Amino acid sequence: MVRRGLELALSRHGHDVRTTDTGEEGLAAFRSEPPDLVVLDVMLPGVGGFEVCRRIRERGGTPVIILTALGDDFDVVGGLEAGADDYVVKPVQPTVLDARVRAVLRRSPGDAEGVRVHGDLRVDTATLLVSLRGEPVALTPTELRLLLVLSRSPGRVFSRQQLLEEVWEHDYLGDSRLVDNCVQRLRAKIEPAATAPRYVQTVRGFGYRFGPL
Amino acid sequence: MRALRRPLPRGLRSRLLTAFVLVTVLGAVAAAWSGAGSAGTALVSSHQQRTTEAVAGSITAVAPQLTYPPDREALDRLRQAVGGDTLVTYGDLTSTGVFDTGLITDELRGAVRDGHRSAAQRITVDGRTWLLVGTPVMATAPDGTRSPSGIEVYTLRDLAAVEREVDGLVLTAVATAAAALPLSVLLALLAARGVLRPVRDLRDTAGALAAGDLGARAEPHGADELAELAVAVNEMAASLQESMAAMERMQADARRFVADVSHELRTPLSTLAAVVEVLESSAEGTDDDTRESARMAISETHRLIRLVEDLMEVSRLDAGTARLRAEPVDAAAAVRDCLRLRGWSERVEVAAPEGIVLRLDRRRLDVILANLVGNALRHGAPPVRVEVHRLPGGVRVTVTDHGPGLGGDVLPRVFDRFYKADESRTRTPGSGLGLAIARENARLHGGDLTASDTGSGARFDLVLPDRGEGEEDEEEGGR
Repeated sequence: MVRRGLELALSRHGHDVRTTDTGEEGLAAFRSEPPDLVVLDVMLPGVGGFEVCRRIRERGGTPVIILTALGDDFDVVGGLEAGADDYVVKPVQPTVLDARVRAVLRRSPGDAEGVRVHGDLRVDTATLLVSLRGEPVALTPTELRLLLVLSRSPGRVFSRQQLLEEVWEHDYLGDSRLVDNCVQRLRAKIEPAATAPRYVQTVRGFGYRFGPL
Repeated sequence: MRALRRPLPRGLRSRLLTAFVLVTVLGAVAAAWSGAGSAGTALVSSHQQRTTEAVAGSITAVAPQLTYPPDREALDRLRQAVGGDTLVTYGDLTSTGVFDTGLITDELRGAVRDGHRSAAQRITVDGRTWLLVGTPVMATAPDGTRSPSGIEVYTLRDLAAVEREVDGLVLTAVATAAAALPLSVLLALLAARGVLRPVRDLRDTAGALAAGDLGARAEPHGADELAELAVAVNEMAASLQESMAAMERMQADARRFVADVSHELRTPLSTLAAVVEVLESSAEGTDDDTRESARMAISETHRLIRLVEDLMEVSRLDAGTARLRAEPVDAAAAVRDCLRLRGWSERVEVAAPEGIVLRLDRRRLDVILANLVGNALRHGAPPVRVEVHRLPGGVRVTVTDHGPGLGGDVLPRVFDRFYKADESRTRTPGSGLGLAIARENARLHGGDLTASDTGSGARFDLVLPDRGEGEEDEEEGGR
């Protein structure tokens, strides 16, 4: 019922929606007909929502928004660790979900086109390709957008709140765990040493900054 | 006395001790007194008898050689034979040493002279006790009959030695009593401990029960009344614990039921929330009834969603699973953002100094502020004012309105769940849980939310402490 309701509502907002009942069917549909974005209920029969999210992540950078119960920290943390880009709490307001979907899909910014080189990291803002020592790095749109926002002003400190507004386009009540999880995923892909991050550095009590190298 | 470290300074222990010592002392004194008295009497009377017999023996040894009637020389011989301080008389004839005849009482003299028998009497001269023995000398006729010869012998014997002996007896009795005293103290202490241990045990148990440890039990020792009391206390504690557990079980069941119901309601609500929008846009252009029905369905669905969300929040707060996610928050910015997000910025005055940054749960602070301001706008009257003040180690946010105020009836119940001041106004947009949730959220922070009347409206004071850099720090890898 929820699935059908959301399908109706999102279609009304102009999206092309395919739905499935189980995780297995969803993964099969994902392989046969790759979507632009996946909305995933973490309470799924069969293969759990976290596992579905992980498998989607293995196959590339397709954005994932998870549906969680309100205030259910376990769902939120589990979903973000499995690689989700954002989450929406149930009962879902279709307008909220639509706004989140559009924000995630917009995350392919191309301001100030050009190639920026920071140490071993090369960011091409025109082609949106990132490479580390010549090796291409596959980033999700959210990770890419986070890297672009941070690396645009090396040395500048961004609070989690600022990052939420710039990258996720959330209002001021956004969940700062989104930022922390995405930073961790980004670090896993570009940092040479996880314990001593070089590019995305933590400023304790304030937020994050890019460099200085 | 209460400041002393030793418990029960006037307690059972000292009372038992005093009683034991008193009983011991009184008993010893009584025993010594009567013992020494009777022993002294026995000693004196045996001494008296021996002296009397010795005097009689001396007289008997000399008497046959006496001429009759005796002359003065005979009396002197008799006096020397008896020895000591002695007076011998025969009619007017007297033989004496230093003897003062005034010492002899008429009673004694009568017994000797007229009663013809030996008599003794204790007399005290200059603080010394003497035994005065009077004996008539009997003459034995050739036919064997005895008759009084008229000679009387009075002799003084010193009783000092006997007195010393009696004194010694008293001393021994006192010494024995003194020796028994420490023993009685020891016995008293032992008895006190025997009584006090169960009493203290019971006191500790009752204290623990009062402090909320319903598992506390007293240990019954032996089979006396104190043991029965301990058993009774234990039975009381057990039944108390049982009923408390039953009540807690019922309460937990009720809370779980609320949580379960809210959870179950959420799924159909999700569907409703998704489709009412579709309904709304489809209803455009149809007749008025359809449009109004759609509008009502939408607004009531949103009301239902808020109610269920509030119920979920309350059950999480009740169950203690609500967690605080503290992060640096600018109090003034939080107030302004909260108002802006809800379109209240124009209707509310804000007095908030910049730069009060502390670690709080941003979302929960927003919930509290939205509830307080929303409440003031709905039930109070403008101007509604929000003030932020820095406190040492925290912040105070005050929300005031200029409405009718809360009133004495409402004030104590304003944070009750589903409490509505005006029963007729049941169709307010709130769930009836807002203020209860706001206060629970304040307390989750370690702060508090209080309500009062200013005289010109209602006033809510929110005090939140700075959570500081703690384990909830949202650093990378943190939750």
